[in-house]
Amino acid sequence: MELDNIEKLLEKYFEGTTTVAEEKTLGAYFSQESVATHLEQYIPMFNYFSIAKEERYTKQVPLKPRVNYYKWLSVAAAVVLTFGIYFGNRYQERKQAEYAYNETKKAFELLAENFGRGTEKVAYLQEFEATKQKIYNNN
Amino acid sequence: MKQAEFLNVVMPFKDKLYRLAKRLLVSKEEAEDATQEILLKLWSKNESMGEYNNVEAFAMTMTKNFCLDRLKSKQASNLKLVHSNYTDENVSLQRQLEAEDSIQWMERIMKELPEQQKMVLQLRDVEQYEFEEICELLDMKPTAVRVTLSRARKAVRDELLKKHSYGIG
Repeated sequence: MELDNIEKLLEKYFEGTTTVAEEKTLGAYFSQESVATHLEQYIPMFNYFSIAKEERYTKQVPLKPRVNYYKWLSVAAAVVLTFGIYFGNRYQERKQAEYAYNETKKAFELLAENFGRGTEKVAYLQEFEATKQKIYNNN
Repeated sequence: MKQAEFLNVVMPFKDKLYRLAKRLLVSKEEAEDATQEILLKLWSKNESMGEYNNVEAFAMTMTKNFCLDRLKSKQASNLKLVHSNYTDENVSLQRQLEAEDSIQWMERIMKELPEQQKMVLQLRDVEQYEFEEICELLDMKPTAVRVTLSRARKAVRDELLKKHSYGIG
């Protein structure tokens, strides 16, 4: 009875239509001591499958806790940017101050020049005044 | 995901990845390298791992693709395969199986199968995956899986029969 069942299962097995449970039944049958002589040829097959399943991966996997370089890269970029803006602004301010200074200097020079011209004329005036006094005194 | 969490997720199926890789690449060293590669790839993706509803299936598919690429690439060209043919009788397994000549015979038979058949046999008869899972993993139609499986099993049987009758006669 059982043998009959096994033979049927074997047939299905080779057609690829057995379920996992049925295949387990077959595996169990072929792993025991008393296997019908005409089925002995299949023992290595099922035996092999169960042994193949015992193989283990024993190597250690070096799982490094990954340092997120990108994160640090962004931090570095942010720092550089901040400093850049800060010093850039300072430089800009200095430039502006220098410009303002130069402009003021120019303006003062202009003023001084014109002022000088003014005083030249005043010198004539003084001369005129002196002569006038002389004339007054003589009279 | 923390390292411990990741290991908890990966532990249950890392041996399956390794066995599939070994089935395809034959050599133990290559299979170990492939498994490590896959695990590291998974680890590098661990942020998005929650999005995959089935990490195991995802990892198995990755392993399959990785190994097939390996086989295609120059790295695994003739030289390497020939080399592995010699070294494959790997020490631990060999010692373990020395008494059982028939197991080695099976190993040799499995090695000769086409890749598709190797994978289907590995997934079904060794790892006992359901049909739907195999369809998903190998990106095959259910009928195609069944036919391939049937062919693979019959091929193994025929080889065994040859050996069996030869052994007797």
